[in-house]
Amino acid sequence: MTESEKKLNVVGKSVPRRDGVGHVTGKTVYVDDITFPDMLYLKMVRSPVHHARIKGLDFSAAEEVPGFVRALTHQDVPKNIYTILCLIGVGPDEEPVLAEDKVLYKGEPIAAILAETEDAAVEAASRVIPDLEELPAVFDVEEALKPDAPILKEWGTNHFVYEGHHCRRVRLGDVERAFGEADYIVEERYQTSPIEHAPTETTACVAKPEPNGRYTVYTNTQALYFTLDNTALILQLPFNKLHFVGGTVGGAFGGKVDVIVEPIAILGAMKTGRPVKFRYTREEEMRVSSTRSAWRLYYKDGVMKNGQIIARQITSYADSGAYNRHTPYAVTKHAANVAGPYAIPNVWIDAYCVYTNRQPASAMRGFGVTPASFAIEVQMDKIAETIGMDPWEIRFVNAYRNGDIKPHQKIVEDATLIETMQAAAEMVGHGLSDRSLAMNSWDREKV
Amino acid sequence: MTSKIVNFNLNGRDVEVMAKPLTTLQTVLREQLHYTATKAGCKQGGCGSCTVLVNGEPMASCLLPVEDVVGQQITTLEGLTPAEGLHPIQEAFFENYAIQCGYCSPGMIMVIKALLDRNPQPTREEIIEAIAGNLCRCTGYEPIIEAAQDAARRLNDG
Amino acid sequence: MAKLRGTGIAAVNYPTGMNLGGDPSQALIHATTTGTFMISLASTDLGQGLKTVLAQIGAETLGLPFENVLINTGDTDTGPHCMGTFASRATHRVGNAIIMAAEEARKVMMEVAADELEVSPDDLETDGQGNILVKGSPDRSINIVDLALAAHFKYGKTISGRGIYMKPKSDVDPETGKMDPDSTEAHACSVADVEVDTETGEVTVLSLKSAYEGGRQVNPALVKGQIRGGSFMSVSHALYETTAPYYPAPDHSPGSFSEYVIPGPYEAPEIESVVLEYPSVNGPYGAKGVGEMTANSGIPAIINAVSNAIGVRLTEYPVTPEKVLHALEESPNATSH
Ligand code: FES
Ligand code: FES
Repeated sequence: MTESEKKLNVVGKSVPRRDGVGHVTGKTVYVDDITFPDMLYLKMVRSPVHHARIKGLDFSAAEEVPGFVRALTHQDVPKNIYTILCLIGVGPDEEPVLAEDKVLYKGEPIAAILAETEDAAVEAASRVIPDLEELPAVFDVEEALKPDAPILKEWGTNHFVYEGHHCRRVRLGDVERAFGEADYIVEERYQTSPIEHAPTETTACVAKPEPNGRYTVYTNTQALYFTLDNTALILQLPFNKLHFVGGTVGGAFGGKVDVIVEPIAILGAMKTGRPVKFRYTREEEMRVSSTRSAWRLYYKDGVMKNGQIIARQITSYADSGAYNRHTPYAVTKHAANVAGPYAIPNVWIDAYCVYTNRQPASAMRGFGVTPASFAIEVQMDKIAETIGMDPWEIRFVNAYRNGDIKPHQKIVEDATLIETMQAAAEMVGHGLSDRSLAMNSWDREKV
Repeated sequence: MTSKIVNFNLNGRDVEVMAKPLTTLQTVLREQLHYTATKAGCKQGGCGSCTVLVNGEPMASCLLPVEDVVGQQITTLEGLTPAEGLHPIQEAFFENYAIQCGYCSPGMIMVIKALLDRNPQPTREEIIEAIAGNLCRCTGYEPIIEAAQDAARRLNDG
Repeated sequence: MAKLRGTGIAAVNYPTGMNLGGDPSQALIHATTTGTFMISLASTDLGQGLKTVLAQIGAETLGLPFENVLINTGDTDTGPHCMGTFASRATHRVGNAIIMAAEEARKVMMEVAADELEVSPDDLETDGQGNILVKGSPDRSINIVDLALAAHFKYGKTISGRGIYMKPKSDVDPETGKMDPDSTEAHACSVADVEVDTETGEVTVLSLKSAYEGGRQVNPALVKGQIRGGSFMSVSHALYETTAPYYPAPDHSPGSFSEYVIPGPYEAPEIESVVLEYPSVNGPYGAKGVGEMTANSGIPAIINAVSNAIGVRLTEYPVTPEKVLHALEESPNATSH
């Protein structure tokens, strides 16, 4: 402990929020509060179907709308196919800014319309009826992995490829041998739902061309540099042509880390020389923006009579929707946590990132861990019931301690699961066994 | 559709705007007059972030054609904020941490203002009823309920 | 036709940060001529109160009052790189970067004070009120305003500092999954009490009581805000929310708040919590990260409680009234209730 940590003056105090007065007076400036006199509005022409080949696009009726300025198609986007995790080495690129020859989900953007007013942009976009040839679609993660499923990706599979593997694998010990030694085998299937972040403020940005040749972008992204860097790559612009301004967000919950509105709005500003605002409607936020992915998980546990879980085998499938966004990363984080905060000597995990014809999933509060925590904790109750043990006690029997090894071979530090459970039991007046009461996260009792 | 001149009273000041028929009060406030405290969380009547007072009654300004408020008294959060310091409801929201991202706060404060004007000592149930049409995705509502109770105390004591 | 009650528990861990691609954030700090410290960042406050918490951490390390520290964030022309606000990382990563920057600035501050007071920097301490004092003789002191003026106009020194926190990239072994993807673990344990109406299938969460351990709380009121909001979100996820009500079928996707069901204050249960503090080994002043975790433990606790009430194990969420009624129909002992 350094000297400054001994006596804390400010840390640990409930000081008032720095932004509080702005919030209660309505003076905090959010992106949609920013307007410029000559600003244009951007709206997308979106796919009305889940999966189709694009045969043609006709803008002639849109051009008739008073206030129409211009349309943008994939041909206008310098590097149209991207994947945002390329910044950390994830590939290949696979999502178009604007669809090229195919759409993979209902609501996928096909063309952008720029107009003098938002109403004109909406009207013009509605008049572009794309000529589509509908294709069979797949919505179930396990169906998508079958040989006869329609293939969504250029590389010929409907799953992300992890260094040559179909899935993210975690292997510790020998589950098959341990299943043979177990007194009980407990199996279950779990399913979660896609969920909308529903921040009260929708996703938005304003891109403004500056006289010095740069673009100022007011945005509610959760990650300014991550968005800036991805945008520069998509637009093939020198990074220093972009100036991102934000830092104040009306709720996000993971829903504002995709790079969605900024590149196309800046492109609009580049092509027209005018500021461009692109703000999602609530309907777009719900039907088009990324969701929390739905997950399906299969658990198989080998358990001893004393409650100890000696083997855990998990196969899980993340429904990534049509594109990567952040899901390949979520699957890895999931794989590191899906066995739970328990000390289990034999673990086998296959975690898949699967593509379907659904609006893309991405990050949300609990990124890959929320579905894991749900399945683990329902499974713990099922184990307790199967072997006739108290649900609290089964968790204490298996709780991880500092110094234990996790399935992904990380040594546990900062474990306080036992203390947290003890505090919760005390809070609700639940009596624990003497053994559970005596446990702590630092010493494993010598049995 | 030709625009018409619309007159109403905004926060005690007479204003005159040109608006096409069916233009919402929200759009006029935010995009013509640049009164941006009134938010636009959905423009569907579903979140309450755009709540303003029309003659003291809370209404979703996103569903209100501006021609319907001709001659009416409109109060927005800008009209509640005193020249110096904060209104007691604002103080209560600030001090009770009833704000996180702040995007629901203007609407919440306006419905609480309307509630306390007609019912200075509301019960917990009456507060819940008043805010039930306003979405807050961040706080779980309890801090907002506490702030409303605290605001009532402040106003009654003040 | 009955109201059944049940109790469920769940215990979870939550990792802070995500460094599978490297996970850095930076901070720059400089003093004005009159002793205000500006911390320049490009980090984002999502509503959790980051701008407040980071000013607290900066003030603590500098040894100055909260009011002496300003946060200038959200601008890529003036703020150094930040990976972003996600993965419960911002307080941890940016907080650590600020400590590093503030320590460098504090060192210059103490050197200038030492020159002015004609002692060694080692003999000085800050009082947290804006003064630098000679240890043991508190009457010999200099105020931060005088100190900053002296630094700028007498010694020609800039009181500034640079900070970065980076957990280096962890490569995942593709065969075994060996990796080090995060920095620290926070924990939660929730106990839910529910009531199930067997006629309508509706579930009411009566109470959600939880213990949390998230390391040192930088600002307990803001932690409580995360707990209350996160707990409520867990109720909402467990029982209501979905963009695909008949998943995997894509039909009936909601397009408005009237179609996408999020509960309101009527459905809010009694939420109670206790917070334990076991300072993390690598967090700023021992902080971990609580933003995401607070929404996690409630979901399985509520679902386990519903299973406990109706005597059928539920394995999917959201647990809508429709799913409860289906489960009751299939329950072998449905009539015994
Ligand atoms: S914007 Fe008016 S109710 Fe949502
Ligand atoms: S504080 Fe974010 S929506 Fe209420």
